Formats: sequence, structure tokens, C-alpha cells
Amino acid sequence: MTNTSSIDIEYVANLARLDLTENEKKKFSAQLEEVLKYFERINEVDVTDVEPMAHAFPVFNVWDEDRAEEGFTVEEALKNAPAKRDDQIVVPKVVE
Amino acid sequence: MKYEAVIGLEVHVQLNTKSKMFTRVAYNYAAPPNSLTNPVIMGLPGTLPVMNKGAIEKTITVGLIFNCEIAKISKWDRKNYFYPDMPKNYQISQYDQPLCMGGEVEIELPGPSRNIMGKHRKVQLTRIHLEEDTGKSTHHTLDSTLDFNRSGTPLIEIVSEPDLYSGEEAFAYLTALRTNLMYIDISDCDMEKGQMRCDVNISVREVGVTELGVKVELKNLNTISGVRNGIEFEIERQIKVLENNEKIVQETRLWNAERGITVSMRSKEQAHDYRYFPDPDLMPVKIKKETIKRLSNQLPEMPFDKQRRFLEDYDLPYTITSVICPDKSLSDFFEATVSLYNKPQPIANLIANDLLRELSSAGTGGPLPLSECKIDPQHIASLARMVDEGVISKQVAQDIFIEIFSTGDVPEKVIEEKGLKQSSNTTELEVVCRDIIDNNPKPAEEFKAGKKNAINALKGQVMKATKGKANPKIIDEILRKLMVE
Repeated sequence: MTNTSSIDIEYVANLARLDLTENEKKKFSAQLEEVLKYFERINEVDVTDVEPMAHAFPVFNVWDEDRAEEGFTVEEALKNAPAKRDDQIVVPKVVE
Repeated sequence: MKYEAVIGLEVHVQLNTKSKMFTRVAYNYAAPPNSLTNPVIMGLPGTLPVMNKGAIEKTITVGLIFNCEIAKISKWDRKNYFYPDMPKNYQISQYDQPLCMGGEVEIELPGPSRNIMGKHRKVQLTRIHLEEDTGKSTHHTLDSTLDFNRSGTPLIEIVSEPDLYSGEEAFAYLTALRTNLMYIDISDCDMEKGQMRCDVNISVREVGVTELGVKVELKNLNTISGVRNGIEFEIERQIKVLENNEKIVQETRLWNAERGITVSMRSKEQAHDYRYFPDPDLMPVKIKKETIKRLSNQLPEMPFDKQRRFLEDYDLPYTITSVICPDKSLSDFFEATVSLYNKPQPIANLIANDLLRELSSAGTGGPLPLSECKIDPQHIASLARMVDEGVISKQVAQDIFIEIFSTGDVPEKVIEEKGLKQSSNTTELEVVCRDIIDNNPKPAEEFKAGKKNAINALKGQVMKATKGKANPKIIDEILRKLMVE
């Protein structure tokens, strides 16, 4: 992420399954470059002696004991589905 | 030119927790479609994941039995891709800080014959990480349907180093994984139910070359034998490609068990870019020394260690240990029986032959689980003792076994009711023996003429006449005495 001219907008759009117009490509490229520039500033900070961490707060082990609770009924689970059959959600045919 | 195959396995195993990995809705295998979901599973806006402590401890336990290094701090990452069986459009997984690193799995290769132990070897592991399973899609002619029951189930991925060299070794590795994981009761490991799934990376190179050849990924291996057969086919296919001076294409191939071949999947040229990044919704896991100590103290004796002890301490034949030891409940049952009556060999025989035979014929769709059968260690101890004491013959013991297996009665009761007690009453037996000799003059003459094993025919007749209740030693004595007269 150090090279600010590295935005490949077509690739990023494809990964996000977005179909962008030429104007949008231009506009978003510029905006994403700005975001990356901001990260450049962070890169200037000397972190030689700092342990990498996934979160800003040293909080660990936020967990539950393994116990089972009630969830949705089948009806509730399928409420938002535009199409359903045999208690399953129907989607366009997917082949990997 | 000589070629060798180099194989690495990625094995996914569903953990048998009560609830899912990042939310507490229940998971079980045979539930009706979409009956095990909640807002987190359906990826509804505003939901947040909460780790399942039980799943983390089960994963650490797996790491401990395979001598992995357990991470001090482990974190969660999002693996991003679009697929309808994953409503969030990312899978929570572990990228660079998995729970377990390194490790090894002891395997046993096939021996020269079924009753000789094969070579043991340790297969190196790369890592074991924990993630969530996806939902299940079923593809129809015109559309696909989705069931989210499986979605969010805790799933461990055990990644081996490219440290396997044949289909037979992969088979031994999967068998060892399954046996070990079932010993610590973290999964049922049923491949046909998708509780254990296996992807294979396989390449072939000339013997002597150190770099790996072009890697092919093999999928759709739904049984342990399927893994072996798929690998064996694929090795042959790749060698043929190389021998024809062609190049192996890096691709994913599917094993077709019916046709016994691997078939190329439409290969996507663009490599997946999962854009892993730390999941901001989940705080990392910190594993304390005390936790590792507590989990280590709970580990059972592992199957190969148990087998070595059984061979050494009980002097059992290898074949019998290889039947009893891979099954923890059967091994425990054996030792419970031996603690009641210290005759390991006849007890092991009753368990490995009679008990297992009855269990497999009593079950529907697989053997009846030991826990559901009516036989307990006391039954077997009594039977073995009564054979030793000459109360019943071995043959009668087998008949009684079948009876008590179905009724759960104590053997003493069956013996009493059916009058199966072995007869050592010499006066009664003498009458029977005399009769048999009179009615079978030919073997009697032969015996008298010096053909000593002609006596066996007569013994058989006596056993038949007494319905197996006669004490063989006493019959032998009586017959000899009568024929010498």
C-alpha cells in the first residue's frame, strides 16, 4: 500500500462485484488514492519497537460458554427471501 | 525415468459443539432445512459475533494431541468472497495467527499381512486453524437452493506439510486423524455426513529432484477410500502427462468415484484474492498456560500408545489390538472386563469376535453402538470365568453369548434355565461313550489299531449327543479307557 498510484479500479470493482461507469471509475480512483495517501502518513510513524496488534484495545477472550439457545423459526429465517421452496431459499443457479 | 508423488492434505473437521462458532444457536446434523439459524447466521445488519469458548478449547485439545505449538495469542480474519451460501460475503477464519502451529500425526502403514503390524511414521503438520462453516447449496436444473443450518458451525482445518507420498499413506493419515479425533470426542468425523472433508494437493516429480512439481488440487473426495483411489489415479495421470513430454496444468480436479477418474473443473484463470484482514468485530484469543495445562491433563491415552501397551501388558495378538484399540469405548470395555476377571486373551477374543459380530448384525445402517447394547463387562467376565472353570464349553459360551446379547440376562441364568452346564458326571458320560463306540465300530477299530486321531471322530459324536455340554477332557479320558479295555 506504499505506492499511491497502485489503485487498479477495474480490479477493485470486480472484486466488489460493482459495475462502474467511466465517470465513476475516475471519481472513485481519485477518492481511493486520497485514502491511500492518508495511510502513507501512518506509515511515517516509527513503530520499530511496537508489537503488531489486531485491535487498539488490549481486550481478549470475549466469549460465551458453549450452550445452545433457540434461534429463528423456519418461517422467520425465510421471511426476507424473495423466493423459497421446500423451506430453502431459492437463488439463481450457482456453479463455481 | 522414475517419478515420485508429493502430497499435502487439507482436512476440514466439524466440531461437535452444542452451539455454533460465533453465536449460540444450536447445531446438529439431521435438523430440517433452515431450522438452525438466527440473525447472526443470516448475516442480518447490526449483528455481532461472539466466540464459542468450547470450540476454542476443543481446537487447542486437537493441537495438544498432535504436539502442535499452541499460540499465545490468536486472532480472527475475514476471508472475503461472494457465494450465496455465505450471507455476510466473508468467512471468519484465521490467516496469520492460527490457534495451533506445526505438529505431527503418527500413522501406521499397511503391514506385510493383516496380522503383522505395519511401519509407523510421523506426518508433519503446518497448522490447525478454526473457522466457521458455510451453508449448504443444492444445485438443481434451473436454480440452486440454500440451507443455512450448517452455516457458522465450528470447523477446524488441519493442514499437513507436503509430507505424504502415496494414496496408501494418505489413507493411513486420514484413518489416524479420524481415530485420534474420535478419541478426544471433538467430532464424529463421518465423511459421508460432511463432518470430515478432505482436499488434496498433489504433484509429481522425477526422483532425485528437490523442487516440487506443478500442483493439482483434488476435490470431491467423500470417503477415506475415495481419497486413496483419487490420489492413485491422479499420480498415474500426472506421470503419463510427463512421460508424454507434456506439461501439467495447475488446476482443480474433481474425483468421480463412479467412473474412477479425476475430471478438470472449469479452471478460473484469475487466482482468488480473498483480501484477508483482521475482523474488527472480534477481539483476539489469549491462551493462558493454565488452560493448556488443564486441557493436557484431560487427554486420554492415545490409540497407538494404548495399542503398544495392550501388546506389551496383555500379550494380545496384533490383529486383536488393531480391532479393539482404535475404538476408545471398546478398549475401555475390555479393560473394565479384565479388571473383573484377569484373563485378557479369552476376554479380548470374546470382545473382538463375538461382541463385534453381534453389534454389527444388530445395528441398522452401521453397527449398534456399544453404549446401546445389553452386554456389560460383568457378562463377559462371567462367561470367560465359567469356560476356564470347566462349567461350560467354549462352544456353549458362544451360544450363550448370542442369547445374552439379545436378552441382557446374566449368563448364569441362561445356563441354569437351559441346562447348559457342562457335564463332568463320569457315570452318565460313560454310558454315552459306550453307546457311541458300539455304534461307530470303524473309528473305534482304527483307534485300537494305532490310528490315534481316530478318537476325534468319536469325541465329536459324544459332543453331539450331549449337545456340547460334555467336558472334552473327561470324554477323552473315558473313551481311551473304554477302548483299551
